[in-house]
Amino acid sequence: MSQNSIMPGFRPTIGFTVVYLSLVVLIPLSTLVFKSFQLNWDDYVHIITNKRVLSSFRVSFTTALAASLIASFFGFIVAWVLVRYSFFGKRFFHALIDFPFALPTAVAGIVLATVFQPSGFLGKLLIDTLGVQVAFKPLGIVMALIFISIPFVVRTVEPVLLEFETSMEEAASSLGATRLQVFLKVIFPNVFPALLTGFALSFARGVGEYGSVIFIAGNLPYVSEIVPLLIVTKLEQFDIQGATAIALTMLVISFLLLLLINMLQYWVRKRSGQL
Amino acid sequence: MSILLSNISKKFGAFSALDNINLEIPEGELVALLGPSGCGKTTLLRIIAGLERADQGRILISGQDRTEHDVSKRGIGFVFQHYALFRHMTVFENVAFGLRVKPRRDRPSNEVIAKKVHALLELVQLDWLHDRYPDQLSGGQRQRIALARALAVEPSVLLLDEPFGALDASVRKDLRQWLRNLHHDLNVTSIFVTHDQEEAMEVASQVVVLNHGKIEQQGAPSEIYDHPSNAFVSGFIGQTNVFNLEHQDTDWLQTAGLSTLQQQGKIVHVRPHDIVIEKSALDSDAFVTLKDWQHLGALIRIELVKNSVNGQPASVYAEMPNEQFKRLHLNKGDKVDLKIRHAHWFH
Repeated sequence: MSQNSIMPGFRPTIGFTVVYLSLVVLIPLSTLVFKSFQLNWDDYVHIITNKRVLSSFRVSFTTALAASLIASFFGFIVAWVLVRYSFFGKRFFHALIDFPFALPTAVAGIVLATVFQPSGFLGKLLIDTLGVQVAFKPLGIVMALIFISIPFVVRTVEPVLLEFETSMEEAASSLGATRLQVFLKVIFPNVFPALLTGFALSFARGVGEYGSVIFIAGNLPYVSEIVPLLIVTKLEQFDIQGATAIALTMLVISFLLLLLINMLQYWVRKRSGQL
Repeated sequence: MSILLSNISKKFGAFSALDNINLEIPEGELVALLGPSGCGKTTLLRIIAGLERADQGRILISGQDRTEHDVSKRGIGFVFQHYALFRHMTVFENVAFGLRVKPRRDRPSNEVIAKKVHALLELVQLDWLHDRYPDQLSGGQRQRIALARALAVEPSVLLLDEPFGALDASVRKDLRQWLRNLHHDLNVTSIFVTHDQEEAMEVASQVVVLNHGKIEQQGAPSEIYDHPSNAFVSGFIGQTNVFNLEHQDTDWLQTAGLSTLQQQGKIVHVRPHDIVIEKSALDSDAFVTLKDWQHLGALIRIELVKNSVNGQPASVYAEMPNEQFKRLHLNKGDKVDLKIRHAHWFH
């Protein structure tokens, strides 16, 4: 960046950014990496390929994936309703969307567990009518993660829908497109990159979520035990090295997945002329 | 195709945007809907397109009642003020859109679509941009792509909402001429909305002047200019000096050659080029002085001040060719005599 840049203060701001990122992100994460160097490769593989650890990885990633897919679908609908229609109580719904952001996750977890447990209000209803038990199963984890993820999707999609030019829709209609074609060919492609961002955010949040999940999950090893819980369990047993190995693996997988989503996003934006 | 509007009215809440509009547009015309902002011209265009529903009235396109038809079934092409190009599609796909969304049995093959799109892009002279995205184009280019897109579905009527409104002056001038030529070649009935009277006069074969949701006058540009049917049209089209006989002494108008005997109303409109000025004799009692002048290319606009006996001094504008003005050898502050060649009277 040259000296005659129009925005002043490049040096102090980049300095602050580097210091901030180092203190908050890079130093803690590199400590994790250095700590894991105390393990040799065989020990590491031994810890990671443990059956209980592997199944907890499977549980964490599949539930997070399922939850963020479902949250993307419903979050899109919620954002659509909030932007496109005016109805009584709209402001109230608006406030309600952000509620999971503000609520302590443990509180959310306890509430969900109470409602969905087999003797709880919704849990009993679901078992009686559909024969489906939600709590203490992976389904319960998905449930909790959807609750946590929806606002991420709504709040990323909403501004894009708000900004969307309705004249583009009118143009499509005047060219003979049906309502469905207008949505699929004009509205959705314009909103898709934002939806992908919402999906990525909720997926990342879902993989790492702890507080709201552990109460409803039941934490049965091999069935409904998530990776973050396993890390905490290992720490409580003073198995620092085991915890570190799992945490590092988690870090690497999450990083690779987010990279993949970002590349996908880049590809989508490029294809749709937004880059 | 001809368009017939009968008894079209539209209200937004208590505000009456259109009030009982009756309008007939013969086939092949290039019509301008002209009026000040808020006069209802865009609403009328959107009602013809089917983007807006009229509270009452019928719309007939080539004799068939299309009032209840959805915009997608009306067979119109609409060009939006801000183009409304699909940002996520290339120029080619934008133009092809109307063909690709046809029901499967009517949909042309990919080869036919490609051929047609390239032909249209050549028509608007932008085929070399076919793989660009709208964000990479200039305003004038976007406008022409929007036009090509609308023409792709072979509309029976082409509707344009302020087609040159968002362009800079030089591009606007080129595009006006270009649109006129294009209309001449395609001969599709077209209606465009504008608030710029110069643009309407230059491009259109028929001008419809709207004000407060009503049609004030309809006719060929020359007819509207030469025979305005009321004070609003006269004031809106071109420059005019307005004299109100109730407030102004009729004497000086008489000395300027305007016979108040054949007076046909209380308001007189005089076009600047209908005022001839001459240098007064030194001892003249003329009470019009020359204040200033501006060059408008081939013409000179002269600002005169009339010191009325009773009341405020008022400005009067006259226009004449450069050469003629030079021959008069006038300076600022000179006293001049006026002669009014022609005037319009209104009540």
